[in-house]
Amino acid sequence: MFFSDKHAGMGELADTLAEDAYTEGRSLWRDARRRFMNHRAAVASLVVLALLLLFAAFGQYLSPWDNESIDWASLPNLDEDGLPSLASQHYFGLDPIGRDLYQRTVQGSRISLMVGVLGALTAVVIGTLYGAISGYVGGRTDAIMMRTLEVLSAFPFMFLVIVLMAVFGRNVLLIFVAIGAVSWLNMARIVRGQTLSLKRKEYIEAAMSVGVHPFLIVLRHIVPNVLGVVIVYATLLVPEMILFESFISFLGLGVSEPYTSWGALISEGADAMWTAPWTLIFPMLMLVLTLFCFNFLGDGLRDALDPKDR
Amino acid sequence: MAMLEVNNLEVAFDTPDGTLQAVRGLSYQLEAGQTLGIVGESGAGKSQGVFALMGLLPDNARVNGEVIFEGEPLLNLPEKRMNQIRAARIGMIFQDPMTSLNPFMKVSDQLIEVLVQHKGISRKQALQESLQMLEAVRIPEARNRIHCYPHEFSGGMRQRVMIAMSLLCRPRLLIADEPTTALDVTVQAQVMDLLQELQQEFNTAIILITHDLGVVAGSCDQTLVMYGGQMMEFAATRDLFRDPSHPYTKGLMGAIPRIDEQMDELVTIPGNPPNLMNLPPGCPFCDRCPVAEPRCYHELDPPERFGAERIRVCNLPREAIR
Amino acid sequence: MFSFIIRRLAVAVPTILALITVSFVLMHAAPGGPFTNERNVPEAVMENIEAKYNLDKPLWQQYLIYVGNVAQGDLGPSFRYKDFTVNELIESSFPRSAYIGAWSFLFVVVFGVGLGVVAALKQNRWPDYTVMTAAMTGVVFPNFVMAPLLVLLFAVTLRWLPAGGWEGGQVEYIVLPIIAMATSYIAQVARITRSSMIETLRSPFIRTARAKGIPRHKIVLRHALKPALIPVVSYLGPAFVGIITGSVIIDQVFSTGGIGQHFVNGAINRDYSLILGVTILVGVLTIVFNAAVDILYTWLDPRVRY
Repeated sequence: MFFSDKHAGMGELADTLAEDAYTEGRSLWRDARRRFMNHRAAVASLVVLALLLLFAAFGQYLSPWDNESIDWASLPNLDEDGLPSLASQHYFGLDPIGRDLYQRTVQGSRISLMVGVLGALTAVVIGTLYGAISGYVGGRTDAIMMRTLEVLSAFPFMFLVIVLMAVFGRNVLLIFVAIGAVSWLNMARIVRGQTLSLKRKEYIEAAMSVGVHPFLIVLRHIVPNVLGVVIVYATLLVPEMILFESFISFLGLGVSEPYTSWGALISEGADAMWTAPWTLIFPMLMLVLTLFCFNFLGDGLRDALDPKDR
Repeated sequence: MAMLEVNNLEVAFDTPDGTLQAVRGLSYQLEAGQTLGIVGESGAGKSQGVFALMGLLPDNARVNGEVIFEGEPLLNLPEKRMNQIRAARIGMIFQDPMTSLNPFMKVSDQLIEVLVQHKGISRKQALQESLQMLEAVRIPEARNRIHCYPHEFSGGMRQRVMIAMSLLCRPRLLIADEPTTALDVTVQAQVMDLLQELQQEFNTAIILITHDLGVVAGSCDQTLVMYGGQMMEFAATRDLFRDPSHPYTKGLMGAIPRIDEQMDELVTIPGNPPNLMNLPPGCPFCDRCPVAEPRCYHELDPPERFGAERIRVCNLPREAIR
Repeated sequence: MFSFIIRRLAVAVPTILALITVSFVLMHAAPGGPFTNERNVPEAVMENIEAKYNLDKPLWQQYLIYVGNVAQGDLGPSFRYKDFTVNELIESSFPRSAYIGAWSFLFVVVFGVGLGVVAALKQNRWPDYTVMTAAMTGVVFPNFVMAPLLVLLFAVTLRWLPAGGWEGGQVEYIVLPIIAMATSYIAQVARITRSSMIETLRSPFIRTARAKGIPRHKIVLRHALKPALIPVVSYLGPAFVGIITGSVIIDQVFSTGGIGQHFVNGAINRDYSLILGVTILVGVLTIVFNAAVDILYTWLDPRVRY
């Protein structure tokens, strides 16, 4: 035979293949980080968000005013004295009743970001647990849990939250809980989907056949693989939460004085826009900028962690 | 003049990581009513070569060379003219009928569409002709099933539907890109038989792409062997099998397990398929070739014609291969 | 198919019941009743009022009465507007919201899908970049931001359009509300359509269609559009809810006298029967819409059979 004297048996073939496979190995996370860094908009967004966090946390120290006291001196002539200026150190100007808008915006940023992140966190925790359990356990439990999910999905949550606000008063804590508790549904569905497809993968079967305890399987195999998807959608949840809270606050049903948030500020700004448009523009810019950044960040993370989804 | 003439066809892709050379130096001819089998490993450039004929390559492809079909140059034709040729003069069937048929459209609509587009007949008439064709490919109860969706057919039947669809306008040439790869072996035989019958009936030339030498042996008049985008050998099938004149072809033949002989080990060709981004300027097979010389890496002699219309592309003379 | 519709509606019933129950529980969980803020009313009058609103009966009886009423379409009397029932309040305001909402929805589908398809066909060229940038911008300008911004631009600064009001729904009065309402959803639908269309166009069956010599535009319309729309349809459910919810804001900002204003006033004034009635109405609409979307799925994707 032409080739047989070259010892071209199966053994050699296996060796060659194994060699080549080794050179291709690369950590998934490193790959993801490289892909993320390539997404310039996402990286830029990350930087901007970091700055925003600093603004919310420490911005108050950059101006001598505070968010409650009224600048009596400027009050009579609000149309002129209320304009944003560096001289008066009212960087964003005054709001309609004479308070420093910059400080109010800083405080609003704090509340909005906090609600956004905490709300998203709540939704992530509840949703991931629900979805993972439902997907992993399967069978009747899964069917019941999914049915319940469907029923809950039909609830007009915004309306219910508003009802809650009306009934129980406007409590900041209640807002966190209410918002997070109504937004976990999507996350649950996504995590369940991932869990279902993971469950069927061979390495799970392998782990089970070797006798690994189901809890450890969930912890060591399912969770890390679900993590990617969870991170992406959690990032995209934060702007949703911020929007949700801003929406209710805009209606006057969200956070109450002395607290404020972007939604409330935008609402006040909308009322005053005929005479003092800056009161609308600044909080609006902050909100829009934040949403932009979170969206790009989410896109970048999605590209990095789930590349086929381009 | 031959019905189809391909001269020095080259296909390259522009990718962010560099240029990928998929096909180079491909030349062959096909007469009306004949069957040509193109064989090679995955990635050998077999499909890309025929996609170039049909103008189905993606936007980042660059094609060079010459293709003449019934006297008309095919490469770089305006889309409008190409659309007139597709399905009407050159038909094509693809590898996986599950994904190659539109799962969202009824089979009847997919068939009628071709006839209405190319022959301008009414939908009613087109339906009748489609039914006839489905019967010709032996789909049972065609009258009812034609209004079903692709997922309601079995794999073998779906491929028959594809074949029927490609022959509706009686094209002169049918290109079959690995039509049986996704099918069971028994179904494979049925489909190949069907193709041969239809070829006789409609006098269609066929270009059959496959990685299975068995299929080629059973159905092709001529065979073209490709490796790494390069043509290695071209001959009448009988001549190729009886007397391969290229080291790669010999390797392929040698790797076929035989049931009529005692074998202790399965034979393979050592090494790996080439990296198409990084091909040697000479012969792509040089690093796996048992009789390669140092110059094979740097240059490859032009095709050598010999015998009864045989072509081989190799630096070493025929005698060295025996 | 028919049995599927029946089953779908069968699921809807317990959902609506759950919604009513939750609403009822919330209504009565509030500290103090709806009338605790009234000025001092003589005992006898208060008793009459409570009797009229069935508040003197045991809770479970009130629940059954409420459910019974709702099932017949009676949402009860308003607790604030003494002379009106919730039904009457809804009937006077809902059509306006529905009008704006329907137009917005139409725009969302037509423009969203249209722009998305254009962007997909001209991928990575100018039309694509323009549409996608506009879409990204649209997504971050939610309705409550868009609304005052539009007013600021078109009513305050340019003075081209009125800042609010209904006036029988004439064009200049509904243009801004519709734009404010629809923009962020158009943007999102465009993004989804684009990526879905790009992916669909890469499918093997599109290559087959090309090999059949079918011209490009027919391939897009006949072969690619239906499958590409599937993720869009998934999004229509939430979009619908969003538009209904958004109408609350639009009403506030543009004073169109729709259901949103009643709802917000009801929330502020603790008019429980009103806000819960509206919530139930919205819930029912959502359920019906979701069922319609599911049915639309089976038309789009023949592989899905219930």
